[in-house]
Amino acid sequence: MTPAARMLEATKQYVMDGGTVHALRGVSLEIPTGDYVAIMGPSGSGKSTLLNLLGCLDRPTSGRLMLGDEEISGASDDRLSEIRASHIGFIFQSYNLIPQLSVLENIEVPLYYQGRIDRRQRQRSHELAELVGLGDRLKHRPTQLSGGQQQRVAIARSLINDPYFILADEPTGNLDSVTSEEILRLLNDLNEQGKTIIIVTHEPEVGKLAKRVVRLQDGSICSDKRTRE
Amino acid sequence: MSFIWLRTWHLGVKSLLLHPLRSLLTVLGIFIGVASVVWLLAIGEGISRKAQEQIEGLGATNIIIRSIKPPEESIESAGSSRSIVPYGVTRADFDRLITTIPTIDRALPIREARYRFGYLGRNTEGRLVGCTPEYAEVNQLEVARGRFLSDTDDHEKWNHCVLAAGTAEKLFPFEDPIGQAIRIEKAFYLVVGVMKDRTPTAGIGGSLTAQEFNNDVYIPINTFWSRIGDIIVTRRTGSFEGEMIELSQITLRVDEVENVLKTAALVKETLKLHHRKQDYAVTVPLELLKQAKTTRLMFIVFMGLIAAISLVVGGIGIMNIMLATVTERTREIGIRRALGAKRGDITRQFLVETVVLSVMGGATGILGGLTCRPLIGALRGIMQRTAPEVFEQLPDVIREVTPIIVPWSIPLAFGISVTIGVIFGLYPAIRAAAMDPIEALRHE
Repeated sequence: MTPAARMLEATKQYVMDGGTVHALRGVSLEIPTGDYVAIMGPSGSGKSTLLNLLGCLDRPTSGRLMLGDEEISGASDDRLSEIRASHIGFIFQSYNLIPQLSVLENIEVPLYYQGRIDRRQRQRSHELAELVGLGDRLKHRPTQLSGGQQQRVAIARSLINDPYFILADEPTGNLDSVTSEEILRLLNDLNEQGKTIIIVTHEPEVGKLAKRVVRLQDGSICSDKRTRE
Repeated sequence: MSFIWLRTWHLGVKSLLLHPLRSLLTVLGIFIGVASVVWLLAIGEGISRKAQEQIEGLGATNIIIRSIKPPEESIESAGSSRSIVPYGVTRADFDRLITTIPTIDRALPIREARYRFGYLGRNTEGRLVGCTPEYAEVNQLEVARGRFLSDTDDHEKWNHCVLAAGTAEKLFPFEDPIGQAIRIEKAFYLVVGVMKDRTPTAGIGGSLTAQEFNNDVYIPINTFWSRIGDIIVTRRTGSFEGEMIELSQITLRVDEVENVLKTAALVKETLKLHHRKQDYAVTVPLELLKQAKTTRLMFIVFMGLIAAISLVVGGIGIMNIMLATVTERTREIGIRRALGAKRGDITRQFLVETVVLSVMGGATGILGGLTCRPLIGALRGIMQRTAPEVFEQLPDVIREVTPIIVPWSIPLAFGISVTIGVIFGLYPAIRAAAMDPIEALRHE
């Protein structure tokens, strides 16, 4: 089976006033479909850069990045947008829902940028809202929901386009421990249903739940351990 | 494709409703601009239409020569002992013009004087006009009852007269005037017809007051000459004042419109040879018409400029708000970009919002523009009631103007509002689309 994502000797450099910053120095990583990977490391280790590359928000300076069968390294800006819309599910620390849209509309945003919403997809957005336990709040605005509920909406949104993988950036960073547990359990359930999950975190408890932990240090992978199957 | 646009419109309206007051105020700017375009054009049209109607009332192929009283000094030098000095165009002038200028189709001699008309105990003052039968046609007067003067009336110098609508109303409020005799000075005249109501024309012969037809009495010109003569004496307390004029006015009709200006030049040359004093004035309605058209064009250009400025100000208002909105919604832009929006999608989203704003301004502005007429009427009414003396001092143009909505001003105003939306929305929208998604997501 084709891996969800593959990275080969990917580097990323930023040119800044003080000189060139090497955010990633040759990272090779393969994420098989169905995996549950935690990417960990201290701040400044290149976690965010790796996340941006995997999320197709940015292109590597050198090296290769492939999502499914598609080469990303040289893709155009519009093509990257298309890939994000159809193959990547994002979950953010601060939920990042659009305030003027309802729960249901927020879930459907990626579909909107794919071009059209048919009845089957609308049905699916309802199902996903049910799945994350918000079937009775479809018309609510994000501001009317608690943090945990907002993050659930974000999870439903990340699933709507049936992505290659879900990319979660500190998904529990803004939540209390009880709610965090709920969210992590939900992610775990999704993984058990076969979804590929990449979670970026600095919390060891969160990392423990993953099947595999990749540690970054100074822009390179310093360890890549499978903790469970 | 249509789906995307539909969603974008829907979204645009939704985002605008997030800040209803802000959107309303932005719309207000465009509203004022568009409404003023419609208003100014309507008022301009109203003024020029009125002027044009008055001038056209004089007839486009006509040339009008009027006798005017020369300045006092020139009368003094001509002969100080005489109190009555002849002036104005003469019967000789009239004959000379019709025999020497071939392009003159028809010429009307007219003699006018102010008189009191009486019937039984009732009296009214008005203009007594000695004229030929063509007078009615040339001045676009229509007969209401009876007939106008005939050639026979003129040849036979009969004491027949025709009353204008106003005069008939005053002298015969109850009776049928036809067949009755009215008194003018010492003679009696048989009423043979009554004319319909006629709106005044533009002023001619140097006087700015409009020519009023409604208080006239028409008699054959030959009757005028033989019964009343050339000398008219008005009695004032302690003194007599008199004037001696052969003809008050000659109305010439030229055969073709193209010949009007050439003929007018010839007429002026001819008259100059036989008049030492400037005791006549030549009016060419066609020239006035051309002038009125130029004035109208200038008015429209000028007003258009003012309206354009107000629209640009409205547009800048929109741009200002959109720039603020884009900054404010940086995070939303980041989210949308992360979730798959292309640069084009973001541009479109913000552009649609500005166009929604400007179209709302445009549509309400057009509605506001359409209220021009009733609103001006109401304003005038209020002014008349609260400050009549101020109102009296306003120029006629302002007191009497009826705005006429120019049909093309509506699509024009609408087109302008959309264009303003696109032009002033483009920069904020492009700026929004150019943001780096990673930076935008990090924005607090």
